[in-house]
Amino acid sequence: MSIARKSVVWGLFAAGGTLSAFLFPAVIALFLLVALGRVPPGLEFANLQAFAGHWVGKSALFLVIFLSLWHAAHRLRVVFHDFGVRRDKAVANAVYLVAAIGTVMTAFYLYRI
Amino acid sequence: MSRQPYVRPMPKASWYLGNARYRRYMLREVTCLLVGVYCALLIWALAALSSGSPERWGAFLAAQQNTAMVVFHALALVYYLVYMTFDWFKLAPKAMPVQFGEQKLPGSVIVIGHYVAWIAVTLFVLWLAGVLQT
Amino acid sequence: MTLKTRQLELEVLRYDPEKDSEPHFQAYSVSCPEDWAILDALNYVKENLDTTLSYRWSCHMMVCGSCGMMVNGEPSLTCKTFIRDLPDKVRIEPLQNFPIERDLVVVLDDVMDKLQRAQPWIIRQDDPPPPDVEYNQPRAALYKFKQYTMCINCMCCYAACPQYGLDPSFIGPAALAMAHRYNLDSRDQGKSQRLDILADHDGVWDCSFVGACSEVCPKSVDPAAAIQQMKVDGAIEWWKQKLPGGKS
Repeated sequence: MSIARKSVVWGLFAAGGTLSAFLFPAVIALFLLVALGRVPPGLEFANLQAFAGHWVGKSALFLVIFLSLWHAAHRLRVVFHDFGVRRDKAVANAVYLVAAIGTVMTAFYLYRI
Repeated sequence: MSRQPYVRPMPKASWYLGNARYRRYMLREVTCLLVGVYCALLIWALAALSSGSPERWGAFLAAQQNTAMVVFHALALVYYLVYMTFDWFKLAPKAMPVQFGEQKLPGSVIVIGHYVAWIAVTLFVLWLAGVLQT
Repeated sequence: MTLKTRQLELEVLRYDPEKDSEPHFQAYSVSCPEDWAILDALNYVKENLDTTLSYRWSCHMMVCGSCGMMVNGEPSLTCKTFIRDLPDKVRIEPLQNFPIERDLVVVLDDVMDKLQRAQPWIIRQDDPPPPDVEYNQPRAALYKFKQYTMCINCMCCYAACPQYGLDPSFIGPAALAMAHRYNLDSRDQGKSQRLDILADHDGVWDCSFVGACSEVCPKSVDPAAAIQQMKVDGAIEWWKQKLPGGKS
């Protein structure tokens, strides 16, 4: 039981890490462009609605956010341990819960588009 | 002769301070906070987008446009590249070695493959967002 | 031709369990020829300056794995750590993360236990093998795991691993590398037997991939790689079992 759970937790962590390592530099760059006031045409309302409205765009956004959130949650759990917090069960419940809430919100918003 | 082994416990919360290797590891691990922050920003963006109103989307974009955000994103980008993306690529060949017959593919080839793929993925995302269209 | 010599200040951690309540540093000044390793300097101290100094060594040629110590904070085989690569002041301590038995000698009982738990031998389901049977192995299959056979159990990796230092129940780098070595061996059939032990809470999942074990390994075994590969294996195994058409 514990074997299975740990390996699936780690598998999602590794998948999310790979996705966010590859994709997030571009995501951060886009947020930087927006912050500079140079909103690229793809991020205009109609274009983005069309992208997130298509099932391919929807699934891509969902997978990226879900797995990246999971990656962040799992690594944060280890960070707590490394900073000397030894209540692993409580920490694990808290970080995975936040990731789950984020995932549900993502699914809900994508469903509405 | 009596045995009385002396135990040197590792300080629970400060063990990484005195060792460059451990400090670098900790700098890598805290990149999870940046991943979390950008996931939150993406969810915020989806919330604005899913309202169906161009005004709310415009308000979201406007909320992103200030100097503090420019500075934050610029620093985050550099930090993220160094401690998350490049570290992840550096460690990838350890988790996934490739062997053809008797020959192991050198780790450096796998790392270079990751960089090439990363550049392609980044260009694709920027193209999708319309950055590369003139 | 005579070799250049250098005056080295050795600061050696001393601990006498019968007299000391805690370890303390003792300084020795040694005139070292440039081609000496730290182990030569320690032998000089033992033979000429202080016969009470205790430390382990045997082969002086990177084979026996008994002279691992902290040299200026870095887990090192002292027979392959040369004076010419070091500053004039060198601090020598027993391997980190292990209890000190006496001076530079550490207690290794815990890791000896852990190596056993990894079952680092070929396990066959047809045990005992029929007589006159050889288990042939193509060279390509040997190269899959050859690097992991180079381990000499010097335990530098355990001294480098903060997760072992923070929680000694973690089975640790060398034992996991050994287990992986046999899991990869085409003659072995004991993978599922080892999975039970190694995937438990103190097994591979306690590793957070600091990677220090591989950086200090004097034999380039790369235990960190072995551990990550075992994690990938575990994750794939899970999906294989859960997906439709899976094994269970």
